[in-house]
Amino acid sequence: MDAGLFTSMLFATVVAGTPLIIVALGLLVNEKAGVLNLGAEGMMAMGAVAAFAVTHESGNPWLGVAAGMGAGMAMALLFGVLTLTLMANQVASGLALAIFGVGLAAFVGKPYEAVALQVVPPIRIPFIADLPLIGEALYNQQALVYFSWALFWGLLWFLHRSRAGLVLRAVGEAPSSAHAIGYPVIRIRYLAVLFGGAMAGVGGAFLSVFYTPMWAEGMVAGRGWIALALVVFATWRPLRVMIGAYLFGGVMITQLFIQGSGLQIDFPSQLLSSLPYWATIVVLVAISRNAGTIRLNSPVSLGKPYRPDA
Amino acid sequence: MLELEARAEPSRLMSFLSPLLAVVLMIAGGMLVFAALGKDPVEGFRIFFLNPVKDLYGLSELLLKATPLMLCAIGLAIGFRANVWNIGAEGQFMLGAVAATGVALHFDGSESALLLPAMIVAGALGGAAWAAIPALLRTRFNANEILVSLMLVYVANLFVSWLVFGPWKDPDGFNFPQTKMFGEAALMPVVLENTRLHLGFPIAIAVLVAGYAFMNRSYAGFRMRVAGEAPDAARYAGFSAHRMIWVGLLLGGAAAGLAGMGEVAGPMGQLTDKVGSGYGFAAIIVAFVGRLNAFGILLASLLMALLYIGGEQAQQYLNLPSSISMVFQGMLLFFLLGADVFINYRLRLRHRAAQGH
Repeated sequence: MDAGLFTSMLFATVVAGTPLIIVALGLLVNEKAGVLNLGAEGMMAMGAVAAFAVTHESGNPWLGVAAGMGAGMAMALLFGVLTLTLMANQVASGLALAIFGVGLAAFVGKPYEAVALQVVPPIRIPFIADLPLIGEALYNQQALVYFSWALFWGLLWFLHRSRAGLVLRAVGEAPSSAHAIGYPVIRIRYLAVLFGGAMAGVGGAFLSVFYTPMWAEGMVAGRGWIALALVVFATWRPLRVMIGAYLFGGVMITQLFIQGSGLQIDFPSQLLSSLPYWATIVVLVAISRNAGTIRLNSPVSLGKPYRPDA
Repeated sequence: MLELEARAEPSRLMSFLSPLLAVVLMIAGGMLVFAALGKDPVEGFRIFFLNPVKDLYGLSELLLKATPLMLCAIGLAIGFRANVWNIGAEGQFMLGAVAATGVALHFDGSESALLLPAMIVAGALGGAAWAAIPALLRTRFNANEILVSLMLVYVANLFVSWLVFGPWKDPDGFNFPQTKMFGEAALMPVVLENTRLHLGFPIAIAVLVAGYAFMNRSYAGFRMRVAGEAPDAARYAGFSAHRMIWVGLLLGGAAAGLAGMGEVAGPMGQLTDKVGSGYGFAAIIVAFVGRLNAFGILLASLLMALLYIGGEQAQQYLNLPSSISMVFQGMLLFFLLGADVFINYRLRLRHRAAQGH
């Protein structure tokens, strides 16, 4: 492989992995607090369409990202009211959110389907972007790529070094104990759910404003679900989320490069496009084989409703 | 202030009332949506909910749309009752359609009366085979069936698209992504003259009855209900969790595959890349709104079908995107999940001062 191809594939892999990192890290916080929100696909779709619409109307992609974040949080709030206040089943509510979000996004996005956005130029970090091979790929990227790295470091510190992170984990492991010590379990869970929604919205915004940049029904294409799978794959650890997201990005990009390379490979493009989904299944199988690993690492009260005075 | 207070036991009355409450709230919410979009809400209501069923043909279209929904939903309900979360009915639906199409294309030109039964069997087997993947991975490797069955929806979609753009493309089809039209013997006979309502509808009703019998009158169905409602009791009684996963997924897949067969051999008459039209996902809502029981699913599938057709009417007469159906369907499920809280809790007025903590 020549150096130019390596650099452009690395660049594309990082771009493809970025929305997965942002969304999956949000879901990780969500799940660390003991709440399973399966609605990521719907929150991403809403984030994508809101960001696209606002960017198109205002011409400012950052207003768009803020709108995407807001839309994701609004969806997450809906989920929170259902599952945390009204104690509805988390699996059913998450599925509802996924179906509803995708549908609502298709509905509000209809007028924007044939519209294109200006490409947002990347931000070049002086000096290190001149590094051979990796410089152009890693340090001449969209701002949200750098954001995903900051999010990772921030989360690592938050979960394992800060008091608030400890409380969050306590709420996910043993809500009754956390409540007994005096922590507001429901309020903390609301915050975690909102954070998950915000990150899903930003991930969606990245897709529609920076990555493609366009809006089409179904453009999230299962990334919300893949992000959910990533959190399991990562056994709820941020570093593994990063690695997993880039692996997936690599799989997505490899099949695109093969399709676009003009190589005379006698393999249908549609079947190549299904590779990332197969890859998700394969890693899920690989990581879940050992039931003990999952049980040891998953937040103990994940998916279980909690009511303080019950 | 108002507070939720746990009921001593779940209210049976509320478990019947809550779907009705959800429907009323959805209609109210829908009228608000119409008003927000600058349409007359009463006119919107008339076009969305009444127009589709104003004559016999409209009713037959409603039953036609409800057919795949009730088939997929009853299959899902069997699994959901045992906490087997198959959410990939959409993919199983497509694979059923593919398998049935395979049979129809292979015996193209045949006038045998056995062709249609063979397609029905192929459809059910195709759906079941697709659902067997998450079942196998779940039982052998403990892989989450929600994520696996969902990933397979995307795979199925791409697979169908490969077939109709590639090997199965109609050579005389002007390059459209579709197979050739099925012969007469490969089409579901129409059961009501001058409509499109076909044999799939009575079959779906029969499957609903069979689903009812399985869930409420068989020992296997009883075990699955126990596993869902009291997992510890099921484990103590020695019910095999693996077998329930297999039964839940295979029955769900077979029913969804049958529904897919009914679409290609019914209103479509061929396989196209648009075969997956969201019925498999909508069926999840149908199963929940129908309270996971056969009669409820019958009613819920009619309601959801009405929402689909209402959306088409809204597109035609109100100039709104037909995806407004999905907004209504989503609202319905949200309101239901919210209203369900009153099955286990009641509202009580409580004074702040009286609070103990």
